Amino acid sequence: MKGTSSILVVTTLLALVPLVTTSNDTLNFLVMALLVALVGQGWNLLGGYGGQYSFGHAAFFGTGAYATAILQLRYGMNAWIAFGFAIAAGALVGAIIGALSFRSGLKGSYFALVTLAFAEVLRIIASVTPVTGAGVGLLVKLDLRPEAFQFQSRLPFYLIALALVAISMIVVRLIEDSRFGAYLVAVRENEEAAKALGVNVVEVKLIAMTISAAITAAGGGFYAQYFLFVDSGIAYGPWISIEALLAPIIGGVGTVFGPLLGALVVKILGEAAKLVTGDAPGLDLVIYGGVLVLVVAFAPRGIVGLVASLRDLMQRLHQTATVEDKRG
Amino acid sequence: MLSPVILVPAVLNGLMTGAVYALVALGLTLIYGVLHIINFAHGALLTAAMFAVFFAYKLLGIDPYVAAVGLTPLFFVIGYGLQRYVIGPAAHGDDRNILLVTLGLAVVIENALLYAFRADTRTINLPYAFDVIEFGNAFLAKPRVIACGAVVGVALVLGVLMRFTSTGKAIRAVAKEKLGAELAGIDVAHIYAVTFGLGTACLAIAACLLLPTYYVNPHAGNAFVLVAFTVVVLGGMGSIIGALLGGLFVGVVESLSGLYLGESLGQIGIFVMFILVLLFRPSGLFGERA
Repeated sequence: MKGTSSILVVTTLLALVPLVTTSNDTLNFLVMALLVALVGQGWNLLGGYGGQYSFGHAAFFGTGAYATAILQLRYGMNAWIAFGFAIAAGALVGAIIGALSFRSGLKGSYFALVTLAFAEVLRIIASVTPVTGAGVGLLVKLDLRPEAFQFQSRLPFYLIALALVAISMIVVRLIEDSRFGAYLVAVRENEEAAKALGVNVVEVKLIAMTISAAITAAGGGFYAQYFLFVDSGIAYGPWISIEALLAPIIGGVGTVFGPLLGALVVKILGEAAKLVTGDAPGLDLVIYGGVLVLVVAFAPRGIVGLVASLRDLMQRLHQTATVEDKRG
Repeated sequence: MLSPVILVPAVLNGLMTGAVYALVALGLTLIYGVLHIINFAHGALLTAAMFAVFFAYKLLGIDPYVAAVGLTPLFFVIGYGLQRYVIGPAAHGDDRNILLVTLGLAVVIENALLYAFRADTRTINLPYAFDVIEFGNAFLAKPRVIACGAVVGVALVLGVLMRFTSTGKAIRAVAKEKLGAELAGIDVAHIYAVTFGLGTACLAIAACLLLPTYYVNPHAGNAFVLVAFTVVVLGGMGSIIGALLGGLFVGVVESLSGLYLGESLGQIGIFVMFILVLLFRPSGLFGERA
């Protein structure tokens, strides 16, 4: 498990937060941030490492959320097992959309558009079909027992969300260090060159999209279990597609810690905006959009990249200082 | 099978809805043709234009058709400024960055409107909004007939502009061969911004044509822009004639599928068509390049 120790350190530190505070608001805030970090990590694998910018990760989030709710409500399945199936369902949808898009050679803006369109089609279908509760949505039955993946307090939810984020980070780290990860980055950097070197580009992108979708679907399943409610706007709405790409881009695309860092920053900014202006609709999103533009303009490698450049700068300054010292 | 008595008006109405789609798509395809990127802020800018028309009428009593005279140049300037001072510098010439910047702009504009005007849906009541023109056995809403005529006019003006003016020639040169155009002394950043301005100006006209019969809320533009994406892909990215024909075609398809399948499924028809075209013929029906 080379390179996973930093992930374990960060996760352990976050797991200690409830020792400092158990306020519901704080835990709720952290759960939402972790949820965005999880969904963002899913996006990051495909977008950050693979360079395929999806604008429709809601397709996987929503599938995870609906699968969790539908399997429990309509088939009486245990919530934990339903959660497992939800992840598989998300992966399947990812594989299908990926197979269709990548085999047709869609990339860049075209890929962004087609993913957006798939998410919209699913949203419209979910808003009219009876199995998803049509326009009304689905309420998961209240059953506050750990066996039913429901808890009296927010603390267990927080720890589970944290565990999911940790697992997603370890998965991405392992991929990063693997041969497959190297192929994926090669596809991002220069698809033609990768193909010329014998990399099966379509297959690499397809596998990345499937794992990416599975991670994002886990976020959706968790959402349904946490709020016990899903409707078409929540599940397949554009908000989650945007947050999924916002977190890694602000934190640092193609880095393991980018999505977590970005999610925390984005959520803190949102809360700060609410504090300043009251609970006005839209303002937090205005800030998100503005930050996105600023990050693309001034810190294209995100916060992780900024920190790295800062460290390089310090090192260089330090080196010059030592050289001067020796001269002096 | 439905009788011509129902079918003909449905087709005619579809054509007229399609005309507005075509106008929105015209702006989008123009921007794509030169910048080679998809402008995700297009829908939000359309919404902004619709609010501008709404308030011009509510606060100043300016008729939407008259407002076009002022709003079209205003939105040209807004579009020019956005491309020249925000999108261009922020994107550093990278396509993926342009996607993200326009997406960020869309989120900012849409939610600023939501913050300022709340989610309320507003309409204006014009005396002529419900006038009809009799055409054979079909009754056609007057504002839609006007919209249809105006769109054909705009497309003609744009066509002439692109063909015969030096700016138009420069735009086409930049679209074809950016580096070559630059070497020939064309100010590429300026041409990019002019194109973006023209695309945005189309939205102002579209908003003026829409408002007499349509409503406005902070998300109103989205309904059109997703259709406009379809039209642009269908018509071939960057093709003006493709946008015009594609818009009319999609309007008719929506009208007919609404007739046979019901309102909400008519929308799915458009998206499914969109996905199919993207998957099987991403160069579009009239496009030159993939």
